[in-house]
Amino acid sequence: MNEFLPQFLQQLINGLSLGSIYALIAIGYTMVYGIIGMINFAHGEVFMIGAYVGLVTLTAIGAAAGLPVWLLVVIAVLVSVLVTSAYGWAIERVAYRPLRGSPRLVPLISAIGMSIFLQNYVHLAQGSRDMPMPDLITGYLFQHEFANGFTVSMSNSRALIIFVAIALMVALTLYIGRSRMGRACRACSQDMGMANLLGIDTNRVISFTFVLGAALAAVGGVLIGLSVGKINPFIGFVVGVKAFTAAVLGGIGSIPGAMLGGALLGITETFASAYLPTEYKDVVAFSLLVLILLFRPTGLLGRPDVEKV
Amino acid sequence: MAEPMLQVENVHTFYGKIEALKGVSLEVNRGEIVTLIGANGAGKTTLLMTLCGTPRAASGHIRFEGRDITQLPTHEIMRDGIAVSPEGRRIFPGLTVLENLQMGGFFADKAQIEEDVERVFSLFPRLRERHSQRAGTMSGGEQQMLAIGRALMMRPRLLLLDEPSLGLAPLIIAQIFQIVEEIRAEGVTVFLVEQNAHRALALADRGYVIENGSIVLADSGQALLANADVRKAYLGG
Repeated sequence: MNEFLPQFLQQLINGLSLGSIYALIAIGYTMVYGIIGMINFAHGEVFMIGAYVGLVTLTAIGAAAGLPVWLLVVIAVLVSVLVTSAYGWAIERVAYRPLRGSPRLVPLISAIGMSIFLQNYVHLAQGSRDMPMPDLITGYLFQHEFANGFTVSMSNSRALIIFVAIALMVALTLYIGRSRMGRACRACSQDMGMANLLGIDTNRVISFTFVLGAALAAVGGVLIGLSVGKINPFIGFVVGVKAFTAAVLGGIGSIPGAMLGGALLGITETFASAYLPTEYKDVVAFSLLVLILLFRPTGLLGRPDVEKV
Repeated sequence: MAEPMLQVENVHTFYGKIEALKGVSLEVNRGEIVTLIGANGAGKTTLLMTLCGTPRAASGHIRFEGRDITQLPTHEIMRDGIAVSPEGRRIFPGLTVLENLQMGGFFADKAQIEEDVERVFSLFPRLRERHSQRAGTMSGGEQQMLAIGRALMMRPRLLLLDEPSLGLAPLIIAQIFQIVEEIRAEGVTVFLVEQNAHRALALADRGYVIENGSIVLADSGQALLANADVRKAYLGG
């Protein structure tokens, strides 16, 4: 037996957990694009804010409170989801809604401005240095040592990321597919003006997608912060660009596409950094994007609707 | 005489600097079928959409059941008694037939939706057969039925129809006009915009003729059918 199999399995586990985070954030990009046709470039910062709110919450409660670890994590995630959702709502309200109906470039510029603003706002409030996240989730879900001495392991924090991401994506798929509000989201993404003519306040549906996207990004932010162990105000930019790439890869506007694109990008990136010099991981990730766009411009799962006119 | 259900008073609507409606006034009474006929670009669709608040009337008044709705946001106008089957049908292509209907009944409770879906299916049995099909894959006639059905899900007291016959086969057109008659029999008032002037006037109690953004003629459907000018301009002589 050689080293290939354990190495492969280990990278697959790492890639999946990274990809789960990308997927959670990519959903926010793709839903907003699907409904109002704009790229919310501030979404990466929303993810970063999610991580900080989690950190602040944990610091405020303090390990001294003697609460069990799982409860601390649940509280941090819930508080972060609530606060970050409010940010998502406010961003749309302040930076995008007043620009509705203007040329496409205008809200895009506003989004970039909002992104820079949020990054500097956290920078000023929290400082630019890495802040340590408490090491709450320790231990391993499993560790397997192969006969040749190689070990494959999955830490509890990675396992939690994968599990939570999958659970949220299943829940989201059911919600969008079956609920009344989910139906309204899909209808609005197909013909917003018509939804309005059915008496639906489309501004509320738009706000809802921003809130939902921010909530998912917040979960991703807290979990990745706990897993990596440190955060800084600039994590939103890189992760945001990657998640955006994942959304385009899967087909922007498509929710299953965002999930697939996220997983694929995460795995590609981890494998690239394992088998090539680490500096190449972004080269490989973005080359994948270029290739997909060249040969399948609508992304993997994005396809124009079959329409009869 | 009682107050008209819908009263349009000297309404002007602009697209940029172009004046699409130049002071239109008309009335629709409860229980009537009223049609608006005119050539392409005369302002038929603009008038119908102005009633819905998109585009908004620049001046004048629109009153529905006595309430001035001229400045209300579209979603509020459409939530209380008015429904539209717009130009081009605009069904949601990626949603199933049933989901399209459920969107029409967005503010109704579950029991009411079930009841109304049943009613739409009995008016349009084709829709029942295709209830789980994606609406965008249906034929033009079926999509038109769906657009009307979706509007009926809103339980309108006034139904606005924009060229329901456009691009459809004569047999389907006949079927749709017959259903418009049935809808009226159930107590819904109908305002019908049509290029198919002959059929529309034959069906309607009253009609208006619009030219270049102004109403030029108003009379009963039968009288307009017999009118020499109308025959020459819209009925091929």
